[in-house]
Amino acid sequence: MKQKANVEPHRHPKDELLREARMPHIWCPGCGIGSAVSAAITTLRKMGTDYDDLAIVSGIGCTGRVAGYLNLDSFHTTHGRAIPFATGLKLAKPELTVFVFSGDGDLFSIGGNHFLHAARRNIDITVFCVNNMNYGMTGGQVSANTPTGAITTTTPKGNTEIPLNLPSVAAACGAVYVARWLSVDVRRLSQSFHEALIKPGFSFVEVIAPCPTAFGRRNRLGAALQMTKLYKENSVIRNGVHPDETVIEEGKKIVLGKFVDIQRPTFLEGLSATSQLKGTMWPIKEAIVNK
Amino acid sequence: MTSEVVLTGEHFINGDEACAEGALVAGCRFFGGYPITPATEVAETMAKRLPAVGGVFIQMEDEIASIAAVLGAAWGGAKAMTATSGPGFSLMMENIGLGVITETPCVIVNIQRGGPSTGLPTLCSQGDMMQARWGSHGHYEIIAISPSSPQEMFNFTIRAFNLAETFRIPVLVMADEVVGHTLERVTIPPVEEIEVVNRKKPTESPETYLPYKTDGSSIPVLPDAGDGYKIHVTGLTHDERGYPGMDAKTQDTMMTHLIQKIRKNRNRILDYEGYFLDKADIVIVTYGSSVRPALRAMRVLREDGIPVGLLKLNTVWPFAEDLIRKLAKNVEAFVVPEVNFGQISLEVERCSSGKALTHLISHAGGGIHTPQQVVEGIKEALRLLGRGRTKR
Repeated sequence: MKQKANVEPHRHPKDELLREARMPHIWCPGCGIGSAVSAAITTLRKMGTDYDDLAIVSGIGCTGRVAGYLNLDSFHTTHGRAIPFATGLKLAKPELTVFVFSGDGDLFSIGGNHFLHAARRNIDITVFCVNNMNYGMTGGQVSANTPTGAITTTTPKGNTEIPLNLPSVAAACGAVYVARWLSVDVRRLSQSFHEALIKPGFSFVEVIAPCPTAFGRRNRLGAALQMTKLYKENSVIRNGVHPDETVIEEGKKIVLGKFVDIQRPTFLEGLSATSQLKGTMWPIKEAIVNK
Repeated sequence: MTSEVVLTGEHFINGDEACAEGALVAGCRFFGGYPITPATEVAETMAKRLPAVGGVFIQMEDEIASIAAVLGAAWGGAKAMTATSGPGFSLMMENIGLGVITETPCVIVNIQRGGPSTGLPTLCSQGDMMQARWGSHGHYEIIAISPSSPQEMFNFTIRAFNLAETFRIPVLVMADEVVGHTLERVTIPPVEEIEVVNRKKPTESPETYLPYKTDGSSIPVLPDAGDGYKIHVTGLTHDERGYPGMDAKTQDTMMTHLIQKIRKNRNRILDYEGYFLDKADIVIVTYGSSVRPALRAMRVLREDGIPVGLLKLNTVWPFAEDLIRKLAKNVEAFVVPEVNFGQISLEVERCSSGKALTHLISHAGGGIHTPQQVVEGIKEALRLLGRGRTKR
């Protein structure tokens, strides 16, 4: 008769940041969201910030489910509105490290306007965008990040629109940190997440992730492993290039790297500066003009 | 700008400004909003006053962002508010639903203007009363209050925050352009005379704590972000752990709770004022800027010996169902002057269940009823009843 092993079930060190009661997760085999989450957990464990001082906000969609799986104060909000929700949360409790984890459809199709303004205001939050180039949750429709020509259920003859180039958008709106990495490259991704999270101001990391089920299949990009390899082989790291040189288009390699890393006052720093000026900055400008 | 929160004394201010002062007194320290006539003065007052009292004002990019930021700020522990008017109120609807399902305390002020669409930006209407009740998708209960003067804008905004904190729900202040822009005396009492309610915080250990469990009181005790409870807050149907549950049973449990926490507490929420209710054959049911012409009409007709009473609804949602049912047994008719084509009058009609006539005095908006129009409406109701015939 076999004896039952009287040992605790083996726990992975990363389990401390996962809600085990919520497993299994909803993501398909080979989906890039899992490795992005894994990279984020690596970062959070290394960072040394008390987990009680972290808050994650997600919108709706496959990546929108990340908030529900991380064992932190987590907010799963409405479609496209994670960034303004995170803005309110951060401004009400500035001591929290607030980060948004959501997808390209959520952050840039329905929620694009909020991204522009949070970056412009330099709200001190970090946005991680998993770009799988389509709406995965609803079965693979075109998004603002679907490459031109790609087949989706709502572009059955190929997408005729051009995709948004996210690093260009982020940089143009004033984000202080902008990077793009592949979901499979968890080492660089995790390092980048770390830099973004500790950076004061609005920081942004785009994660290029395969969606074999909804996007890869229709565009003959192969199964999960082939698709992951395809992205890896067709990408090139070019740190520091102008964000406008990172457009994803056919016949060109996907440009990865850190493109922006600058300093400027955050929204709250601006507020406290103006309140010390007793309410207005204009007299200063007038004083300069009158000289 | 003064760093005093409570500006005790007499002020000559409009309803929008009184609303902002009430919010500050109630403890509001976050305002996220977007300019819109006729609600802009609420934001402008908050922009001046909040930084001086240690709060944050932010003008967001639209009303969707405004309400989303308000919900986020509420989970950051702030008492939070936004103020808008019709078009902005429409944009806020989806996230009001998020506030309801996640049980987020906050206050949304709607200074109603003429609609539909851009309508009459600078002029009054009461066209959003049913939108306040049903505007977000799905079935839910909501609290909406209806001030009728600048003084009530001050008083009722404080109550709105207290109700939001008590019942953990978005509370709607359904004012209108006339109330928001009327400039008159507003008395701010000494701080010790003002009741302010703060949300309860959990004391249980995070290991055993179930955020959406509601023992007895039917209102969950929830922490703020950063309190160490690692809560999950979702717009999906969720169980008492706050975890999504995609099945009919979880939906039934959660929905029953969300509905009952308001229905069972209706008597704690309801607020109204009655005038001659036990000496009336005709009762005017009124709210918001319609109250003043209605009171005048009541006095004029009573002087003529016509037994008219008045019910002033300070809360409109939940509706004063039991009171209307009770009154319907004793009165001949309810007369409802509304700056719309029949919204609250439908509720009055529903609750009177044919026991008394319900007569709407409609107004398309752009102004309010004159007392004479209310008088005429009551006389019309008397004609419909057959003049002179009464129950008593």
